[in-house]
Amino acid sequence: MASRPQTVRRPPTAGVNLSLNNPTVRAILYQIVVVGAVGLVVWYLVSNTIENLETRRIATGFGFLDREAGLPIGESVIPYSPADTYARALFVGLLNTLRVALIGIVLATLLGTIVGIARLSSNWLVAQTARVYVEVLRNLPLLLQLLFWWTLFRDLFPGPRQAITPLPGVFLSNRGVQLPAILWQPGYGYVLGAFVIGVIAAVAVSRWAKRRQASTGQQFPVLWVSLALILGVPGITFMAIGAPFALEQPELRGFNFVGGVTLTPEFAALLVGLVTYTAAFIAEIVRSGILAVNQGQWEAALALGLRRGQVLRLVVLPQALRVIVPPTTSQYLNLTKNSSLAVAIGYPDIVSVANTMLNQTGQAIEGIAIIMAVYLTISLSISAFMNWYNRHIALVER
Amino acid sequence: MKYLGLVAAGAALMIATAAPASAQQSTLDAVKAKDFVQCGVNTGLPGFSAPDSQGVWRGIDVDVCRAVAAAVLGDANKVRFTPLTAQQRFTALQSGEIDILSRNTTWTLSRDASLGIDFVGVNFYDGQGFMVPKKLGVKSAKELNGASVCVQPGTTTELNLTDYFRANNMEFTPVVIELLAEVTGAYFAGRCDVYTTDVSGLASTRMAQAPNPDDHVILPEVISKEPLGPSVRQGDDRWADIVRWSLYAMLEAEELGLTSKNIDEHLNSQNPSIQRFVGATGDFGKMLGVDNKWAYNIVKQVGNYAESYERNIAPLGIERGINKLWRDGGLMYPMPIR
Ligand SMILES: N[C@@H](CCC(=O)N[C@@H](CS)C(=O)NCC(=O)O)C(=O)O
Repeated sequence: MASRPQTVRRPPTAGVNLSLNNPTVRAILYQIVVVGAVGLVVWYLVSNTIENLETRRIATGFGFLDREAGLPIGESVIPYSPADTYARALFVGLLNTLRVALIGIVLATLLGTIVGIARLSSNWLVAQTARVYVEVLRNLPLLLQLLFWWTLFRDLFPGPRQAITPLPGVFLSNRGVQLPAILWQPGYGYVLGAFVIGVIAAVAVSRWAKRRQASTGQQFPVLWVSLALILGVPGITFMAIGAPFALEQPELRGFNFVGGVTLTPEFAALLVGLVTYTAAFIAEIVRSGILAVNQGQWEAALALGLRRGQVLRLVVLPQALRVIVPPTTSQYLNLTKNSSLAVAIGYPDIVSVANTMLNQTGQAIEGIAIIMAVYLTISLSISAFMNWYNRHIALVER
Repeated sequence: MKYLGLVAAGAALMIATAAPASAQQSTLDAVKAKDFVQCGVNTGLPGFSAPDSQGVWRGIDVDVCRAVAAAVLGDANKVRFTPLTAQQRFTALQSGEIDILSRNTTWTLSRDASLGIDFVGVNFYDGQGFMVPKKLGVKSAKELNGASVCVQPGTTTELNLTDYFRANNMEFTPVVIELLAEVTGAYFAGRCDVYTTDVSGLASTRMAQAPNPDDHVILPEVISKEPLGPSVRQGDDRWADIVRWSLYAMLEAEELGLTSKNIDEHLNSQNPSIQRFVGATGDFGKMLGVDNKWAYNIVKQVGNYAESYERNIAPLGIERGINKLWRDGGLMYPMPIR
């Protein structure tokens, strides 16, 4: 039916007009030409590249991925030995990138929020400190900051044989921070299961409470009950299985500490560098988000009889988050991409592993394609999640 | 940023390889047209390649490039240098950014056969070793179980390192850092117990960077063969020949007793080998596509191999050893110029 007004305007003689005078025909034609041209260029570049790589006898293809890597990698979340394949080495690098990015995003959000709120503080000293923090961190190149932290962690502490012991089982040396590890006990599986059940129960309770409030107006202490479920259920299970608990203490053996968990200077420097840098940007975003909500909103909501916490949660935050979430998403993406500066300080992230791999195999194009694919996937996943969150949290306009 | 260099080189490689094959020009013609040789060297390893206090590049690897410039362009100073990390070097050569890679690079099968490059010879026979602070009291590499080891990525070094520890059933914690200054800095700051690379590199680093060179010892074990030599892009045989014979010319000059100081006195020598060498007889330069005085220019302007060694490597305290001429019991054996 939508086409009716057009048919009216058309001259009566025209049936299906295929002439170039028809704008629709022209538009379609242009599309075909453009797509064809792009396709041709791509085909030309790809086929030439392959041909030239062949004539120069540079190896091609992804077959090298299941060859033995032989690469040394300093830290890994999964077991890794140089006898493993390149594919596994890359996976180790990917997990290292995700590890620093995820922890970094959480910490940067916390720190950024605190600093952002501090900038609006009525206490002059607090506000100025926050301001100086933001201005300094934002305006120094990140690479410089990373090198600064790395050198600091490396030079601040003595060698492992003279390690500082602030607490029993905790050692600070230029090899990093060494902490006791909690040893996995047979019953911990149940505790983990109980935790999952607790979370599910908490979600169910909050849904039920919401529905009940909508229909009857009665409120329910959702927060406390949820907390009790999430912490209490696994806690009781832990007690029930007899509270088994054992620590693995690190000890100095030969050159280094053995046992426990290690926080290397490289990881620490990268994490601290990324968090403090990104937090400076997030702080400004948070500040702008809070300032964007009119003071009148507070007054009106309080006048309606809502408590301060409710005003914040139900009235102010939904409006502020609308301003905060989209730019914060790009800060998360920045943090993730900036983590590739890890190469400079020897943290084995995906770029560092892939660089070494492409160098050892000589397959630069494949290596760079892998790096691009990895970052694209991570970035698009973060965007997708944040967009979902944004839709979920944002003000529903009625 | 430096770290983007590799990505940029990769992109350059893509662009370079995306150009039609016919556009591939011969390196010799290109070098003659631009009137300088673009030479990929180390970022700073005294003895092999490092800028001196005047900013002039010096070293045994640098001399290879100067010899080629002397042979092709008649002037050993017509060289421009591109400092490259271990990671960047091969892409730089593949993409055409440099004409010669002369940067303590080990000749291995996989590099020769799958990187699209060709090694043309060996200008220094080396092997991999370990350096530790003296105060650790370590006497042998076999005692290194559990140590933290600083190493540069993209090298044969990191591969030999893992092989060696695996073969000897030992564990180690690698600290892998791309930039030379950072990796040696980390070692001297005590971040690692051990620094490993080619023995010559250890000696050079100890001499040039250690706060006190006597505090560090190089362990006796040499765990690999590291024949270091220049390489060129694969498929340009003429250019490969020129680089190969420039290197041989330096060695042949030593064999013939020709030095930068005395070669002028030998211009009218009756010795047929010397007559061929200085271009008085034969057309050897022409056969290579360069001037007949090519070898004379190399020796006159750069010197023979022994001179280059004395100037660059001897100050590091490294004996000539297996790098002596074959007739003195070493491995250096230039093919005959005839
Ligand atoms: N010969 C080995 C190692 C060569 C190498 O890169 N050595 C390091 C340590 S001495 C180096 O020269 N680095 C200098 C730089 O990165 O500029 C190889 O070809 O892989």
